[in-house]
Amino acid sequence: MAIVIRMPKMSDTMEEGVLVSWLKQEGERVEPGDVIAEVETDKATMELEAYDSGVLLKQVAKPGQAIPLGGVIAILGEPGEDISSLLAELEGASEPTPAATPAPTSPPESAPHPAPGPVAEPDGRPSTSQTERIKASPLARRMAREAGIPLEAIVGTGPEGRIIKRDVEAALARVRELVPPQLPRPETPVLLEEEAYEAIPLTPMRKTIARRLSQSMFSAPHFYLSIEVDAHPLLEARQRLNALSEVRISVNDFITKACALALRRHPEINASWAETEIRRHREVHIAIAVAVEEGLVTPVIRHADRKGLAQIAREAQELAERARNRKLSPEELEGSTFTTSNLGMFGIDSFTAIINPPNACILAIGAIRDVPVVEGDQIRPGKRMRLTLSCDHRVVDGAMGARFLATLKGLLENPLAMLL
Amino acid sequence: MAQKTTARTNDTPGASQITSEVSPSLVGATYSHRDIGLSDDQVRAMYRLMLLQRRFEEAAAKAYGERKIGGFLHLYIGQEAVSTGAEFAIRPDDYVISAYRDHGIALARGVSARACMAELFGKITGCSRGKGGSMHYFSREHNFLGGHGIVGGQIPIGTGVAWAIKYRGEDKVCLTFMGDGAVAQGVFHESLNMAMLWRLPVVYIIENNEYGMGTAVSRAHATPDLARRALAYGMPNAQIDGMNVFEVYRGVKEAVDRARREHIPSLLEIKTYRYRGHSMSDPGTYRTKEEVEAYRKRDPIANLRYYMLEVGLVTEADLEEIERSVRAEIQDAVAFAESSPLPPEKTLYEDVYTDPDYPFLA
Amino acid sequence: MAVMEFREAVRLAMIEEMERDERVFLMGEEVGLYDGAYKVSKGMLERFGPMRVVDTPISEAGFAGIGIGAAMVGLRPIIEFMTWNFSIVAMDQIVNHAASILYMSGGQFNIPIVFRGPNGAAGQLGATHSRSLEATYAHWPGLKVVTPATPADAKGLLKSAIRDDNPVLVMESELMYGMKGEVPEDPEFLIPLGVGEIKRPGKDVTVVAHSKSYHLAEMAAQELEKDGIEVEIIDPRTIRPLDIELIVSSVKKTNRLVIVDECAPFGGVASEITYHVQLRAFDYLDAPIVRVTTKDTPAPYAKNLYEYWMPRLDEVIEAIKKVLYR
Repeated sequence: MAIVIRMPKMSDTMEEGVLVSWLKQEGERVEPGDVIAEVETDKATMELEAYDSGVLLKQVAKPGQAIPLGGVIAILGEPGEDISSLLAELEGASEPTPAATPAPTSPPESAPHPAPGPVAEPDGRPSTSQTERIKASPLARRMAREAGIPLEAIVGTGPEGRIIKRDVEAALARVRELVPPQLPRPETPVLLEEEAYEAIPLTPMRKTIARRLSQSMFSAPHFYLSIEVDAHPLLEARQRLNALSEVRISVNDFITKACALALRRHPEINASWAETEIRRHREVHIAIAVAVEEGLVTPVIRHADRKGLAQIAREAQELAERARNRKLSPEELEGSTFTTSNLGMFGIDSFTAIINPPNACILAIGAIRDVPVVEGDQIRPGKRMRLTLSCDHRVVDGAMGARFLATLKGLLENPLAMLL
Repeated sequence: MAQKTTARTNDTPGASQITSEVSPSLVGATYSHRDIGLSDDQVRAMYRLMLLQRRFEEAAAKAYGERKIGGFLHLYIGQEAVSTGAEFAIRPDDYVISAYRDHGIALARGVSARACMAELFGKITGCSRGKGGSMHYFSREHNFLGGHGIVGGQIPIGTGVAWAIKYRGEDKVCLTFMGDGAVAQGVFHESLNMAMLWRLPVVYIIENNEYGMGTAVSRAHATPDLARRALAYGMPNAQIDGMNVFEVYRGVKEAVDRARREHIPSLLEIKTYRYRGHSMSDPGTYRTKEEVEAYRKRDPIANLRYYMLEVGLVTEADLEEIERSVRAEIQDAVAFAESSPLPPEKTLYEDVYTDPDYPFLA
Repeated sequence: MAVMEFREAVRLAMIEEMERDERVFLMGEEVGLYDGAYKVSKGMLERFGPMRVVDTPISEAGFAGIGIGAAMVGLRPIIEFMTWNFSIVAMDQIVNHAASILYMSGGQFNIPIVFRGPNGAAGQLGATHSRSLEATYAHWPGLKVVTPATPADAKGLLKSAIRDDNPVLVMESELMYGMKGEVPEDPEFLIPLGVGEIKRPGKDVTVVAHSKSYHLAEMAAQELEKDGIEVEIIDPRTIRPLDIELIVSSVKKTNRLVIVDECAPFGGVASEITYHVQLRAFDYLDAPIVRVTTKDTPAPYAKNLYEYWMPRLDEVIEAIKKVLYR
C-alpha cells in the first residue's frame, strides 16, 4: 500500500516549504528516521525525515518548488507497486487535504461567556457628513433628540460652538414659551406602522435645507408684513422693454432690481444677525430661490443694485439653467444679503417664506391676479400682486420692514424710476 | 563487542530503532542495580518508562508534522534517563517542577500519556485542559507543579515549595528541574542563596544537554562546570552522567535523602543530550551530525536494554512485549487525543480567577 | 472604632489574619529585625517568630517566586516589596507565573498570595523610586490590584486580599503611612475587592481618584465648594476588578468626569476608566472626560520640577472647571 508523504509543519509559523534537494532517489530504500529531502521553511533549511519504511516510488515535488502544508512531496511503497491511479487521484485533488482531522466539536455553547459588561448600542442614525457636522456633547444630542428639537435649531455656547446641556435647556425653555401647554406636545409624534411609509433617503441637499431652515425658524424670531402692489405698470414696462431687449426680462427680474434699489435705500434690511452684533452689508447681493428636482437652491446675483435689468435677466436665466443642471459652483450660492422667492407661476396668491440665513429678510412673491379695481366710481380690470416680507425680529422691527416695503411698492408701481 | 538487537518492527510509524550498538561498560559497569537498592521490577519499570517517553515524543513529532499540534514543541528524546532516574529516587508525595521541556518529566511523574497527548492536541481532556500546551503541563494529582515557559522562572517557585515543606514541618522534597541555559538567569542565584541560607529541602537538577537553544554551554557560561556554581553558596553539588539511568538514580537519591533528613539543598548537574533540535523548527546547524551520533551510541535506553539482557533481567521476548505494550499505550493516547472534544468556548473565561463571578471587562 | 495611622491599620490587618490562619506569613526585605522599612511590620517578628516574619536577602524576583511556590502548595504568603518600584525586577514572577499558573494549569493550582508595599511618588526620589504601577499590573488578567486611600480601607481591603484565593497586589503609599483615621476594630471588618465608594457625594461633577490622589481630589472639592460647585468623589479602591458601574452611575448623574491618577498618562488607570465611561455613558456626557496624571516624563528630582510633575491641586481645580464650562 503506497504512502503519500506530505509537507509537514516544521516550524510554528510555516505555511509552505520549498523543496531544496532530494537526498533519496526514486527506487531507493527508505527507513523511518532517514532524511529523504531538504526543505526550506520560513525559518531554516530542515531535514525531511521519513516516518515509514518502503521504497521511494515517486518524487512528486521538484527542487525549488514551494509546497503548501499538507501538499504532496513523495510517494513511498513496495517496489514495483502501481501508483498511476494514486497519482491521477492526487493530481485531480489539487488542493492539499486539510491537515488535522477535524476534532469532534465541543458541546455547543450558545454564548461564549456571559457577555462581560454591557455592549455599546450602535446609533442607528446615518451619520452626518463631515461638512455638516454640528458639534454637540453626547448628552446634548440625546436631550435634543428626546425633546424633538433639531440640533440645527440650537445655538451652541461651548468651546467652538459646541452645543452643551445648558444650550438644550435654553432651547427647551423657548419651545415651552412658544408652544402653549394645552397644544399637543411636539415630542409625542404619531407612531406609524413600518409599512405605512416609504423611507426616502436624505440627499445632501435635503439635509442642508433641513438644517439651515430649521436653524432659521428656531433661532430667528420671524414676523411677516404683507403688501399689495399694482402690477399693471410693471407689466406694461416689461412689454415695452422686451420689444427692445435681446434678453427676455421677467417680472421677477424687475422685482430683483426693485429689491436691490430698495435695499440701497434701507440698509437696515440688508443686514445679518451675528450673535454679538448686527452686520449691515455694504454690498447688495440678492439670492433667488430656484426650484430644482430634489429641492431648491438659492443662487446669488451679486451687486444687483448696480446692474441693469438686461444683465440681471441674463444672469438670472443662466443661474436658473445651471441650477437645474446642478452646475452651480459653491461661490454662486454664497454671500447673499437678501432673498426672494416666487411661487406665482404655481398660482399661489400669497405665502410666507422662511428666512434664508444669514439674511435678515426674505420676500415671498405671489401670482399677479386679475382683479376688479375700483377707481373713482368705476370698476375696471386691474393687475395686482401680493408681496410678503419675512423679517428676523432680532434685526428688523415692524416699522423698518414696512418702510422698505413701501419703497419697494413705489418702485414696482413706477418702473421707469428703476431705470434712472 | 557491540551487540545489535532490534526492538521494533517496521510497521511502527515513526519509531526509531533501539539498538544496543553501545559501549557495554556504561550501565552497571562498576555496580549492579541491586547494589544501589533497585529491584529487578524497578529496573524493568525504568526501562518501560524511558521507552514510553521516547515513543511519546516520536508520536508527538509526527503529529506536529501533521499540524495536529500548535505552537512550540520541545522534545525530550535523549534525556529520558534524567526524568526516570530522578523519579525513582523520590516518593509520589514529593514535588516536581520543571521548565518547558516537560513531557518526559510529566510522564515520569505518572501523568497519563492520554492526558499529555491531549494537552498537545489542545483538547479539554489534556492535563491542563488545553490551556497550557506543550510547555505548561500540570498535574495536582501527581504533585507535578509545571511546566514553566520562562527560562529559570520555576527555580524560585520550586524553592518556595521547599519553603512550604519546611514551614509545615513535612518530610517531603521538591525537585526543581532546569536546563543549562537557566543557570545564567538571576533567579537561579537568588534561589540557591536563599535555599542554602534557609536550609530548604530542594534539589536543583540542571539537565545539561549541552545547548541552551543553539548556544553551547561553553559559549554561554564563563565556567562551564555548572555544578560548581553551588560552591558560591556552600551547597553540595555533583556532576552526573545523564545517559546512565542508574547514575542519575544514585545521585538524585543521595541528594534527596540529604534534603529530606537534613534540609540541605543540592545542585546536581546531569549531563545529558537531546537528539532533536531545541524545538521543531530548529535545523541544528550549531552542532555536527557526528556529535549527535556519538551521543546516540550512548543512548540511555539502549544502555539499559543491553544491561538487562546481560544480567538476565529480560529476554528478547520480554523486550518485544514491553515495546508492544508501550506502542499500544501511545497509539491509544493519540487516538484519545484525536477523539477528545475541543475546550468549549466558555472555558476561555474559566480559571483566570477562582471567583465564579469575576466581572471581566469587554 | 479606633483612631490609628495607616501603617498601623496595615499591621493590624496582617496580625489579625496571621492569628486567624497559620498558613499566612510575611516575607520581605527588612520586615523582621528592622521592624519594616516604614515600620509597618513593627513588633511582628517578636510576635510571630522568624518562620512567619521572614527577612530576605535583596532578591525580589527570588522571594516573589518563593512566595508563589509556597502558595502553589497551600500557604498564603504576604510578600512585602520595600516599594513597588522594586517589584519590577520580580515582574516575571508576578505576571508570567502568579497571574498565569491557575489558567495554564487548567484550574489545578491557584495562587493565594498577597504582594504589598508602598506605591507611587513619595517626594524627590527621582525616576527609579517614584513609579505608580497599578495600571501596569492591572493590565494582566489573573491579578487583582488594590489601592486603599484611608486607614480603614487599608485594613478592610488587606484582610480581604489575604483571604482571597488569587494573587492580590496591595499598593499603599509612603506618604500616607502616617495618615490617621478611624479604623473598625472588628476582626471581621472586610471590604470586598472590586467595590468602590462614594467618598464625597455631589451633583455637579464626578471626580474619580484612588490612593493618594483621593486626598488631592478632596482638597479640590473643598476649594470648589466655596464657588457652589458640588463635587462627587468616587474612590474605586480596587483597580482590578474595577467598580465601573459605580463610576458610570455617578457620571450619569453629573454628566461630567475628571480622573485624578498618579500613573503616567499613557495607558494609565485614567485611560481605562475613560474607555468604559464613553462606552457605557456616552449619551450622558456633556463634556470630554479630563484626566490629571503625572506628566509624561520620568519623575524629576529637583523640587520645582517634581512639584510640577505631580498631579497638582490647581490642575484638578482647572480640570473640574473645564468640564463644567466655567
